[in-house]
Amino acid sequence: MNTRVASMFNGFKLNKSDFNALSKLTSLMTHIKHNWDDYIRSTMRVAGVPIAAFLVFLGFWAASASQIETSLGVVPGPSAVWKQFTVLISEHNEEREKEVGFYQRQEKRNAKKLAKNPDAKVKIRQYTGKPTFIDQVFTSIGTVLIGFAFASIIAIPVGILCGLSTTMYRALNPLIQIFKPVSPLAWLPIVTMIVSALYVSDDPMFAKSFVTSAITVTLCCMWPTIINTTVGVASIDKDLVNVSRVLRLHWATHIFKIVLPSSVPMMFAGLRVSLGIGWMVLIAAEMLAQNPGLGKFVWDEFQNGSSNSLARIMVAVFVIGLVGFALDRIMLLIQRSVSWDKTADIR
Amino acid sequence: MTMKNEHLVITGMSMEFPTANGPYKALENVDLRMEKGEFVSLIGHSGCGKSTVLNVVAGLYQATKGGIVLNGKEVNDPGPDRAVVFQNHSLLPWLTTYQNVELAVKQIFKGRKTKQEMKEWIEHNLELVHMEHAMHKRPSEISGGMKQRVGIARALAMEPEVLLMDEPFGALDALTRAHMQDSLIEIQARLNNTVIMITHDVDEAVLLSDRIVMMTNGPAATVGEILDIELPRPRNRVELADNEQYNHYRAEVFKFLYERQRNPADKVA
Repeated sequence: MNTRVASMFNGFKLNKSDFNALSKLTSLMTHIKHNWDDYIRSTMRVAGVPIAAFLVFLGFWAASASQIETSLGVVPGPSAVWKQFTVLISEHNEEREKEVGFYQRQEKRNAKKLAKNPDAKVKIRQYTGKPTFIDQVFTSIGTVLIGFAFASIIAIPVGILCGLSTTMYRALNPLIQIFKPVSPLAWLPIVTMIVSALYVSDDPMFAKSFVTSAITVTLCCMWPTIINTTVGVASIDKDLVNVSRVLRLHWATHIFKIVLPSSVPMMFAGLRVSLGIGWMVLIAAEMLAQNPGLGKFVWDEFQNGSSNSLARIMVAVFVIGLVGFALDRIMLLIQRSVSWDKTADIR
Repeated sequence: MTMKNEHLVITGMSMEFPTANGPYKALENVDLRMEKGEFVSLIGHSGCGKSTVLNVVAGLYQATKGGIVLNGKEVNDPGPDRAVVFQNHSLLPWLTTYQNVELAVKQIFKGRKTKQEMKEWIEHNLELVHMEHAMHKRPSEISGGMKQRVGIARALAMEPEVLLMDEPFGALDALTRAHMQDSLIEIQARLNNTVIMITHDVDEAVLLSDRIVMMTNGPAATVGEILDIELPRPRNRVELADNEQYNHYRAEVFKFLYERQRNPADKVA
C-alpha cells in the first residue's frame, strides 16, 4: 500500500529546492497579507472616519430638513441639493452651446454678407448671455485673488516696518486694532462711493462692481497678515540680528537675507488667515456690490424665490466652502515650498 | 608691556542696565590691555558679566562709562573687525554652511576680491575647520560641533582684528569639546589671532590661553586676578595632564573660583 501511494506521487515529487521556493512564496503571501491588512487599517483610519462622519451629517441633515416648512417649501435635503447641482452644471453646458451657436451663426451671416458685397461692413457682436453658476465661481475666485494680492502687497511691508521699529508699531497699532474688526458691510458703501468718484473711465478695464468688491476684500483681509508679520519680524532670534550688526549688513540685505526668511512661517500663518477672511468677506461684498460672482448668485436666488432657490443656495454654500478649503490648501503647499524648516509640521 | 604693543585696550569700563527697580550695575571699572596675537580667557561664575564684557567689546552694548580702543581708535559700534562666535552658533538656518560663510565674505570683501577669490576664500576657511565635506548642508543637517565649526569659520573668514568667542564650546559634549579645542589650538598656531574667549571650563582656559582673566562675582563685577599661562606651545592635552606647572595653573584658577569667589548660588544654599 505504502509503496503504491509512494509510486502515485512519484511523478509529483517535491525536491528540496522546490520546497524552498514554496516556503518563500508562502512567506511572501503572508507578508503581502500583513501589508494589505495594515493598508486597509490605515486607510480606514485616515479616510473611513471622515467619510463615516460625513454620512452621519448627511443623515442628520436629511432627517431634520424635511421637518422645516418655509414659504419656499420644505428645506431641501441632500438629494434635492445634489439635483440642483447637476441642473446648474447642465445649465452651464447649455449656455456654452448657445454661445458657440451664436458665434457660428454670426460668422455664417457675415460670410454671406461679404460674399454678396466684399465692401460691406460686418459687425462682430459679443455674446451677451447671462453668467452661469460656474462663471460666477470663477469671477469670485478672480476677485478674491486680486483683493488678496493687494492686501498682501500692503500688509507685508507694513508688517515688516512695524516689526522692525517699535515707534512704527506704536504709531500704527491703534489704527490696525480699530480697523481690524470692521465689517465688510460697513466698508462697502464708502468704497462704492469712492470708487464711483475716482474710477471714471469711458471704457473701464474692470467693472466698478469688481473694483469695489476687490477693494473691500483688501480692506478686510490685510489685518491678520500685518499683525502676524509684525510678530514674526519682532521675534527674530536676537543672535541672528547681532550677526547682521557685526557684519554691518545693508538694511536691504538685512531684510532680504535675515528678516524675511526668518519671519516666513508667521507671515504665511497670517496670509492664510487673510485669504480665508477675504473669501468670507467677498461673498458679502458681492451681494451688495452686485459683482457677478457667488455672492450675487446667492442674492439673486434669494430674490428669485422659486421652489428650487433654497437648494441652489445650498449648492453655493458647499461650493463656497470647498473653494475656501482649496484656497487654503494651495496656500499650505506654497508655505511648505518656501519654508526653510522642512522638519516643521505645517498644517 | 609697552604702549607700542597695545592692540586692544579696555579702560574703566562700567555697565549699568536699567531695570524696574532702578539701574543694575553689572560691571565696574574693568581694565584690560591686550597685545596682538594674544589669547585671553575670561572666567568667572555665572552672572558675573563675562558676556557683557564681550558684548561691549563687540560693540553690541554701549558701556555706561569707559570704553574700548582698538589699534588706537575708539570703537562704539559693532563691526567685522571684531568677529563674534556666538554660544549657540547663530547660523542662518535657511542657508547652507557655504552660504552662511558667503554672507560674511560677500559683505566684507565686496570690491576687494573677485568672485573666484571669494569662492576660494570661503572654501579655505571651511577647510580650516575641517568642514569642507558638508559645505552644501543646512545647519539642521549637521551636528552641534559641526555648527560651531562653521560659526568659527564664518568669524575667521572676516579676517577680524579680534576674535570674540562667547562660550563657543559650552553646548557641546565633552569629547566633541576636546576635539574642538584641539582644532582651535591648530588654527591659532597658524593664524595667531587676537582672541577673547569666555569659558566656564578651567581646563579649557589653561589649555588655550596666554592669560586667564578671572572675574569677581556681580553685581559690579570687575577683573579679580590675571594669571599668566607660561606653558610652551604647541600644547598637547595628553602631555599636559601630568605636567606639574599645568596642574598648578588649574589649582590657581580653582582656588580663585571656589575659595576667594565662591559661587553666589552656593551662598544662598
